[in-house]
Amino acid sequence: MRIELETRPVRSTAMEIISPLAAFAIAVLIGGGIIAMLGKSPTQAFHVYFIAPLSEIWSLQEVAVKATPLVLIAIGLSFCYRANLWNIGAEGQFVVGGLFGGMVAVYTHGAINDGLIGGWWVLPAMLLAGTLAGMLYGLIPALLKVKLGASEILTSLMLVYLAELLLDYLVRGPLRDPKGFNFPQSVPFEEIARLPYIVPGDRLHAGVLLALAAVFLAAFIMRRTLFGFDVRLVGSAPKAARFAGFSDARLTLAVFAISGGAAGLAGICEVAGQIGQLQPVISPGYGFSAIIVAFLGRLQPIGILLAGLVLSITTIGGENAQILMKVPLDTTRAFQGILLMCVLAADVLTRYRIKIRLGASS
Amino acid sequence: MSLQIFELVLFTILAAATPLVIAAIGELIVERAGVLNLGVEGMMICGAATGFAVAILTDSSEIGVLAGILAGMALAALFGLLTIFMAANQVATGLALTILGLGLSGLIGAQFIGLKRESLGHLYIPLLSDIPLIGKLVFSQDVFVYAGWALVVGTAWFLSRTRAGLTLRAVGENHASAHALGIPVRKIRFLAVLFGGACAGLAGAYLSLAYTPFWAPGMTAGRGWIALALVVFASWRPLLAFAGALLFGGATVLQLHAQAASIGLPGQLLTAVPYAATIIALIILSLRHRRGGAAPASLGVGFVPER
Repeated sequence: MRIELETRPVRSTAMEIISPLAAFAIAVLIGGGIIAMLGKSPTQAFHVYFIAPLSEIWSLQEVAVKATPLVLIAIGLSFCYRANLWNIGAEGQFVVGGLFGGMVAVYTHGAINDGLIGGWWVLPAMLLAGTLAGMLYGLIPALLKVKLGASEILTSLMLVYLAELLLDYLVRGPLRDPKGFNFPQSVPFEEIARLPYIVPGDRLHAGVLLALAAVFLAAFIMRRTLFGFDVRLVGSAPKAARFAGFSDARLTLAVFAISGGAAGLAGICEVAGQIGQLQPVISPGYGFSAIIVAFLGRLQPIGILLAGLVLSITTIGGENAQILMKVPLDTTRAFQGILLMCVLAADVLTRYRIKIRLGASS
Repeated sequence: MSLQIFELVLFTILAAATPLVIAAIGELIVERAGVLNLGVEGMMICGAATGFAVAILTDSSEIGVLAGILAGMALAALFGLLTIFMAANQVATGLALTILGLGLSGLIGAQFIGLKRESLGHLYIPLLSDIPLIGKLVFSQDVFVYAGWALVVGTAWFLSRTRAGLTLRAVGENHASAHALGIPVRKIRFLAVLFGGACAGLAGAYLSLAYTPFWAPGMTAGRGWIALALVVFASWRPLLAFAGALLFGGATVLQLHAQAASIGLPGQLLTAVPYAATIIALIILSLRHRRGGAAPASLGVGFVPER
C-alpha cells in the first residue's frame, strides 16, 4: 500500500471550513470509543460534555469565563505560529503576568482601605503590569533566538517550569497572607483590584470583553496593516519576505512580545477576575490548551474565538463528567490531544489530495 | 569513607542520567533522519504508565518493560503517520503527541497509583563487582543503565561506520537528493521515528520500574524535554549526548542532595536547577557555533515526493 499526496493547485475554501469540523467529529468519535473502553456510556458522556454546559445560564457564563484566557492566549500565539515561530511557553508568560499583576494588588492592599492612596488606578496598573511582565518574559526566548540562534521551542518551554516555581515560591513565602492561617495564598484582593462583573453578582467578569476586543484587534492587524502582511508573508514565503526587506529579527521580537503580552494579560485577568488572590497554581494548563485553540481555529481570529468556546465547553464538560460519571479528568486532556492531531491531519486535506494506491511501497 | 560517598554520588548520577541518555539517543536518531519529534515527553510518560501497569498485571517487570517500549512505539507510529505520510506540521503534531501522551498516561495509570513494585535487580558479577569504585559503577548496575550504554555505543557506530547509518544521515541532510538516488526517504524516516518511540518508552519504563519505582502522574517532570535539549546540546552526536546526560544527571542529584541537606535555599530554587541548566546549556552551545551548523539540514522540513 502506498499513500500519495497530490498538491492542490488552489487551497480549497470549502475544505478550509469543513476540515476543522470533520476533525472535531472524528475526535468526538475516538473520544466516545475511549469512554466506552472505560466502561461508561458514550451517549451520556456526549450529553455531559457538549450539551449540558450549554443548557443553563450559569454554565453558559462559565463557558465564557473559561474561554477568556484560552482565546486571549491563542490570539497572541496565532501571530507567532503564522510567522512559523514556535512559542510554546505561553503557560509561563500567563503565570508571570498573573504574578506581577497580582503583586500590584498585594502591595497596595492595606493602603487603599486606609485611604492613603487613590484606588481607581490600581486595576489598570495591574493589567498593565501583567501584560508587560508577560511581554518581557516572552521576549527572553525571542532574544535568545535572534542573538544566539537558540531554539525558541526549548527555551520558551523551560521558562514555563521556572515561572511556575517562582510563583510557588513567592506565594508560599514573601507574598503569603500573614493573617491567612498559614495557607499558601496571598491576601484576597480588594474590590478595587478586581475586574468588575458584567452581570452584577455573577461570574461573568470584564476580562471576557478584553478577549473579544483582542479578537477584533487581531483581525484588524492581520488584514489591514503592513505588520500583519509581514507576519503572513514570513510564514508562507520567508525568502520573499527577506527580499522585500522585512527584518526577521524585528518580526521575531514583535510576535513574541505580542504573544507574551496577550498571555500575560490573560494571566492577570484570571487572577483579578476569576481567582481574586494569588495561589501557588493559577492555571490548569491554559497556556497549553491555547495551542490547540490556535490550531483548531486555523490561526484565524474568528476561528480562534469559536475554537476557544469549543475547548472551554469540553473542559467544563470534563469537570462535570468527573463528578457525574466518575470519568477521570485525564480523559479530557487525552481528548484534546486527539482533537489537535485530527485538526492537523485534516489540515493536510486542504493542501493535498490524498491517494491511497494498493501495491508495492515506494 | 570519602571514597564510598564519592562512589555513591557517581552511582546516583549514572542512574539519574540513564533515562535522559536513552530518550536522547532515540530522538537523536529521529533528528538525524530529518524529523523533529517534540512528543518525547508524551511517549516517555506513556511508557512509564504502561510499563508499570503491565508489570503489575502480569507480575513481570520484563514484560512491563516490553509493554513500555511498545507504548512509546505506538504513539511514535501515530506521529510518523501524520508527519511523514500526511506531511502534517512536525512541531504542532509533536506538541499534540505530548498533550495526548500526558492524558493517556493518566488514564492508564489511574488504577495503579500508590502501588509499589520491587525495582529491577542490579547485576552482580563475582569478583568484578567487588573491585573498589569501578566494580560498583561498571559491573553492578541495573539492565537499563547497560541498555543506555549499549545504545550510545551502538548508535555512534551505526551512524559513522555503517552504510545504513550513512543512508539515514543522507535522508536527514537532503531528502530531495536522497529521494533522487532512490532511497526510500519516508520509510527510513518512519523507522527512525519508531526507534525514537521505543527509546522514549524504554526511558519511561526505567522511571516507573527501576528509578522510583512506582507510578505517579506527571512523573517524567519534563525529562522528555530535557532529552530534546540534550540532542541539540550534543550537536547530534551520541557520545556527547551521553556526556551531556551525565551533566544533567549531576544537576538533578546535586539538587536532591542539597534539598536533603536543607542548606537554607528555597526548595523551588533547587528544583529549578535542571530547567535553568537546560537554558544555560543551550546558550553556551549557541555561543560556540552560532549558526547552528551541526543540525541536520532537512530537520523539521516535511517531505512530499514529486513524481
